[in-house]
Amino acid sequence: MTQETINWLAACRVEDAVENGGVCVKYGDEQIALFYFTRRNEWYATQNECPHRKQMALSRGMIGSTTEEPKVACPFHKKTFSLVTGECLSGDECAIKTYPVKVENGTVYIGL
Amino acid sequence: MNQKKVVVIGNGMVGYKFCEKITAKSNDFEIIVFAEESRRAYDRVHLSEYFSGKNADDLSMSTQEWYSEQGITLYLNDPVKEINRSAKTVHSHAGKMVSYDYLVLATGSSAFVPNIDGVEKDGVFVYRTIDDLEMIKSYAANVKTGAVMGGGLLGLEAAKALMDLGIEQPAVIEFAPRLMPRQIDNAGSQMLQSKLQSMGLQIMLNKSTARIEGEHHITGLKFNDDTELPIEMLVISAGIRPRDELARLCGLEVSTRGGIIVNEKMETTDPSIFAIGECALVDQMIYGLVAPGYEMAEIVAANLCGAAKQFNGFDMSTKLKLIGVDVASFGDNFITEPDCRTIIFEDTHKGTYKRINISNDGQYLLGGILIGDAAAYNMLLQTTNNKIILPPNPEDLILGSRGGSEPAGAGITALPDDALICSCEGITKGAICNSVSEDGCETVDAIKKCTKAGTGCGGCVPMVKDLMLYTMKATGKYVRNVICEHMSYSRQELYDLIHIHNLKSYEEVLDNLGQGDGCEVCKPLVSSILASLWNEMILKKGNDTAQDSNDRFLANIQKGGTYSVVPRIPGGEITPDKLMVIGSVAKKYNLYTKITGGQRIDMFGAHLSDLPSIWDELIAEGFESGHAYGKGLRTVKSCVGSTWCRFGLHDSVSYAIRIEERYKGIRAPHKLKSAVSGCIRECAEAQSKDFGIIATEKGWNLYVCGNGGSKPQHALLLASDLDSETCIKYIDRFLMFYIRTADPLTRTATWLNKMEGGIDYLRSVIINDSLGMAEKWEAEIEALVGSYQCEWKTAVENPDIRKRFNHFVNAPQEKDPTVTFEEMRGQKKTPEWTTA
Repeated sequence: MTQETINWLAACRVEDAVENGGVCVKYGDEQIALFYFTRRNEWYATQNECPHRKQMALSRGMIGSTTEEPKVACPFHKKTFSLVTGECLSGDECAIKTYPVKVENGTVYIGL
Repeated sequence: MNQKKVVVIGNGMVGYKFCEKITAKSNDFEIIVFAEESRRAYDRVHLSEYFSGKNADDLSMSTQEWYSEQGITLYLNDPVKEINRSAKTVHSHAGKMVSYDYLVLATGSSAFVPNIDGVEKDGVFVYRTIDDLEMIKSYAANVKTGAVMGGGLLGLEAAKALMDLGIEQPAVIEFAPRLMPRQIDNAGSQMLQSKLQSMGLQIMLNKSTARIEGEHHITGLKFNDDTELPIEMLVISAGIRPRDELARLCGLEVSTRGGIIVNEKMETTDPSIFAIGECALVDQMIYGLVAPGYEMAEIVAANLCGAAKQFNGFDMSTKLKLIGVDVASFGDNFITEPDCRTIIFEDTHKGTYKRINISNDGQYLLGGILIGDAAAYNMLLQTTNNKIILPPNPEDLILGSRGGSEPAGAGITALPDDALICSCEGITKGAICNSVSEDGCETVDAIKKCTKAGTGCGGCVPMVKDLMLYTMKATGKYVRNVICEHMSYSRQELYDLIHIHNLKSYEEVLDNLGQGDGCEVCKPLVSSILASLWNEMILKKGNDTAQDSNDRFLANIQKGGTYSVVPRIPGGEITPDKLMVIGSVAKKYNLYTKITGGQRIDMFGAHLSDLPSIWDELIAEGFESGHAYGKGLRTVKSCVGSTWCRFGLHDSVSYAIRIEERYKGIRAPHKLKSAVSGCIRECAEAQSKDFGIIATEKGWNLYVCGNGGSKPQHALLLASDLDSETCIKYIDRFLMFYIRTADPLTRTATWLNKMEGGIDYLRSVIINDSLGMAEKWEAEIEALVGSYQCEWKTAVENPDIRKRFNHFVNAPQEKDPTVTFEEMRGQKKTPEWTTA
């Protein structure tokens, strides 16, 4: 058994994150959307780019749930994606990358 | 496990569909695909959209990852040049040799190019592949005139493409005496022709081309009747030729007129070789549509997996939009009396032509043609294919029922379970209803995912939705007009409940009245109600993330992720000084400027993080938010009125400013537009607005519930000759009635259309106060007017709100580096939807 080591990026302080919404985190040339689902006390991170029209926009999207599945809706055309699996929930083939998130001592880390 | 090897030659739509079908059915096959083009299979049906904004990736049917995940080897840009049937191998142009157990020929067709003197000249193209389109596009950039040879379906598509590329009045040259001779009859062709001419196409019929003139590149066409047409480019779209050369070369039987001969199992004369799609000739027919091609792919895939399926011909009914004109034909479209009876409806005013052919006993629909309005196509096709007994007045099917209240026909309920609803994917009514009753699909998206219905051309989606609602009702599910899974109320119920419970934030509403975590449907809706009721700053902490994206950033998100900024210019009146402020702000932040339809100025291309500083400057010079991002009052347009105009009866500008100042910032179920005209010449176009005012000798006429948009509707006269105060009182009542009772995202026109009693009822509520609410509503509007604040002023003064406009949380000073612009006419524009 080999264990993959996760590289944790210190993204921001908890108080900098937007409650029940997203912020965009810069990681080199990449952009990661970080969501603080305060209502469920959960954190999620995904790619910031919506695969539908390749727009850097998911961090500005509205989050919510369908049945129990937490999701984000792209502000451009309201395509929705699962925050857990990254799967598109609006019937399209495209999916987004998701990343693990942890909070330690008030700092939010994204696993890359 | 010993896998059988299947080699597919051709990666067009049908070749791809075969891969999709066989991998979905079985893992027992190793699949190798050879493709001649350098691109993976793309949607050829929507090829002309390449010129109206779609790029090659949008048209692509799948991704490289998909092929890898399915374990399919795909060789692009490597056509097969030889098939060795005795050794069961194929040999590619690049020198690959691959053996096969089964070979599937999906080589498609090429454009038929008639043998005319001069076809080899520069500027002569065919219309078949993305590469063709790219060549046409770059050539068209340098010329002004052009023509298409061929007045069939593809030819008209090509003509549309030329129009999109800026060719002025492209000519369509057809050998036959009419357009689309294979699909529609003479009268239909004439209707189509006059519609297309009115849109700027030249139609030249009965023309046979003698030669293409020009030295190296085309300069014109010479016809057999000795007439000439000077043009700089020509697209030939005179039909298709099956690509049967490989089959011919290896000794498979092919027709002298083209096409690889196959039996009903799509087998060629060699039982281990199949042909599907446009290269296959089955029962003397080449099927030039995608749906039968998909059916052939299904048959080969199913038979290889051990089923016994046959191709039994295919319904060639089609419905399409040609340059914005509906054209449809179904069933036996050309049958004439005495073999049937025909009912024809022709309206040259609207440009519609409808013909249905019914059996002599009046029992069945046999086929028909629709031009200009094909809304009835799906029902008519189903009525034909399923042999549904016609109603006593079959003309109702195309005219709608007149007089009686019974709807024409028996609708979707009468269809048998095996009625084919989605012909692209071959999905029946039974399968769709099953996905609702058995698999619990309760949205169209869920049905698409579960059955694939509606994922092809999308034409059947309205029917899929009707079937879903019908099945839900039939299975005892109470279909209420509820908002979403989190809020089991209608908007009107929710409005009253929020009011009664005095709830002030989205979270409070969800906790008290909803369930789950909310979504992109209920969040903006509740936010809109909260704003209509309490008029608090919409970005108040906790409510900001429940706003629709544009409201959340107080600006309109545009292609590329930048925003546009619209300051309020009440009544469209602006001083030279303020014009210069807009100019200097736009210049400083490098913004594209454009005059809007509502008499204001829109500045595009602002970085999210620049928005607060832009507004700092605008506010300092006396501007306010224009709420172009919000569902609420946009503008009150005005003509210049009696202050300058020699016809003006009253001062329409002053009145428009007064009205705009009064209602600015009020949130409603949808946007609201208004206008004031100073006389009956109506230069402000008030009758196209949600509420519009026109000056009369004695006062103002008030019109309500008009709108532009995709279904324009004129406003209706609510009251005449009002004085200024009464007119505003009526608008107060009208707006509050609308805000309280309209469904979400419903404009006033649709609201009125759904209202029982229509304008008479509305008039009794507004003018006669039949509900006894007038005083209350006026007070509510007064409260909203009194609590107005400029959202942008509040936003830029609040550091917590300002912070939310940073693009990066961990690099607040940096702008989004992926934003780029291109130059056009001395300003910037955003690039087309890009691909990474």
